[in-house]
Amino acid sequence: MGIDNLPVALSVIRPELILAGTALVCIALDLLYKPADKMPCWAIAFFGCLAALAATIAAWGTEQEAFSQLVRMDNLSNFFAVVFLMAGMITLCLSASYVQREGLMAGEYYTLLLISMTGMLFMAQANDLMTVYLGIEIMSIPVYVLVAMMQKSPKSPEAGLKYLLLGGFASAILLFGIAFLYGAVGTTQLADILRHAPRAMRASDPLFLAGVGFLLVGMGFKVSLVPFHMWTPDAYEGAPTSVTAFMSVAVKAAGFSILIRVIVLTLHPMAATWSQIFWWLAVVTMVLGNVVALVQENIKRMLAYSSIAHAGYVLVALTTGSQLGVQAALIYLFIYSLMNLGAFGVIIAMSREGDQGVHIEDFTGIAREHPMYALAMAVFMFSLAGVPPTAGFIGKFYAFSAAIKAGYIGLAVIGVLMSAVSAYFYLRVLVVMYMKEPEAGPEYGAGPWGATVGAGVSVSLWVCALSILVLGIWPGWLNHFAHQALQGLGCLL
Amino acid sequence: MTSETLVLSILLFAIGATGFVVRRNAIIVLMSLELMLNAANLAFVDFSRQHMDVTGHIYVFMIMTVAAAEAAVALAIVVRIFRTRRVVNLDEINLMKG
Repeated sequence: MGIDNLPVALSVIRPELILAGTALVCIALDLLYKPADKMPCWAIAFFGCLAALAATIAAWGTEQEAFSQLVRMDNLSNFFAVVFLMAGMITLCLSASYVQREGLMAGEYYTLLLISMTGMLFMAQANDLMTVYLGIEIMSIPVYVLVAMMQKSPKSPEAGLKYLLLGGFASAILLFGIAFLYGAVGTTQLADILRHAPRAMRASDPLFLAGVGFLLVGMGFKVSLVPFHMWTPDAYEGAPTSVTAFMSVAVKAAGFSILIRVIVLTLHPMAATWSQIFWWLAVVTMVLGNVVALVQENIKRMLAYSSIAHAGYVLVALTTGSQLGVQAALIYLFIYSLMNLGAFGVIIAMSREGDQGVHIEDFTGIAREHPMYALAMAVFMFSLAGVPPTAGFIGKFYAFSAAIKAGYIGLAVIGVLMSAVSAYFYLRVLVVMYMKEPEAGPEYGAGPWGATVGAGVSVSLWVCALSILVLGIWPGWLNHFAHQALQGLGCLL
Repeated sequence: MTSETLVLSILLFAIGATGFVVRRNAIIVLMSLELMLNAANLAFVDFSRQHMDVTGHIYVFMIMTVAAAEAAVALAIVVRIFRTRRVVNLDEINLMKG
């Protein structure tokens, strides 16, 4: 380590620096403009993300550690950065009109979104448990505020409080795990933990094993695996819909980025132990997520349980601990981001002020009044259910085939069965949209349905729907990038 | 690797976790959360001393900063809920269920 190296190493965290700088500019601009017109803040935030995305793509292929090996830029971190920034940009597009309609504080909203993304980028680049912890907190604390931000809904602060309490509980457990690992290994660098792991396994060092267990629990909370999922439905239901979209996609992907980095890659020597745990977690996550989603009436809550189930599918791929499995998980997360953002985009377009109209019944007959939105929703629902030729099928195909190749045939069978169950509640939305007559109440007939939606929502729906169809037909290039993302990580077998 | 300090920190963590699960007042739940974080701090300091390594101390500074930020946000949200609904009891903050 040397202080002299610091200026050079800044290039490793260039995307983070761009986002953090943009956040500062954004909050400063907020002071200059009237509450009614926050478009400059939006534009700055969007172009900041675009610049960070460009910096990430320009850095594709570089492999460098910096700040005494606290952060590490490699293709894996860059792949995740692309997912986060893409999700962030689509969220911004979905937010522009929504923020105005719901009277959210726009300057703060965009700033918090940017800071949260900064934390995610740090998580993806984590090379030391300290970066893992700080990344999680930089990501989570702004999201707690975003969830609790909506003035018009009494559910929003309640959701924020529940999310914060359980999120804080999870971080405390994670932190205790980090402390134990530090006690067992003597440092918290992932490379040192990787070196130490075989010895700790042979000696079955209780400190080390307890540390890993605590870490697993903490991360399980962040990606909402089943015994640790209690916060998810409430937080997703009460949050502003655009924030729900962001949480269900980017925050979850960020959780998986550290799960992959810390458990799957770093603790690879003890794969036999954690893959058993993952097996059970994946099964209960898929079963509970899909079964409880069946009975939900609120579509945000239904998608919350569906997002729990999707975390289960990703975990199926990770259970294998093989390169193919991690690759499948990356592909799944990328595809899942697009389809889930799209589905929430349609909900934003179809809902009304005060977050009204988010029940599945409210979608009755919208195919007649809003054929394009209904069509887009149909694409997203088919994709979430995993019906070919949509991308959702490709994601599930890779995940389950990785499990079968690694010999987890039972797990793959349960996964396929649960996808079949999920088809019921996804297709129910389609039935309601296409096969039922709209009720002729004044509430639905005369109200400005979707009229408050700006161009941003339509553009992002087009982008999501088209890329889902394109990816469903030509998945090769995504597979190629996911493959490249794992090169240079020699520890995978 | 076990020391009295580590035992104390595990005890504190257990007390904090129990308080988090059992108590229903939002403020006390937050206090339990702080207790858990400080238990982790104590463990870090203890291991730092055992390994004669400074990393653990740095963790403590980071954790204190983060805990302060988290508490600020948490209290702000609790105050907002209290202003509109006059409750701080988690059992009564239950608009959403299922």
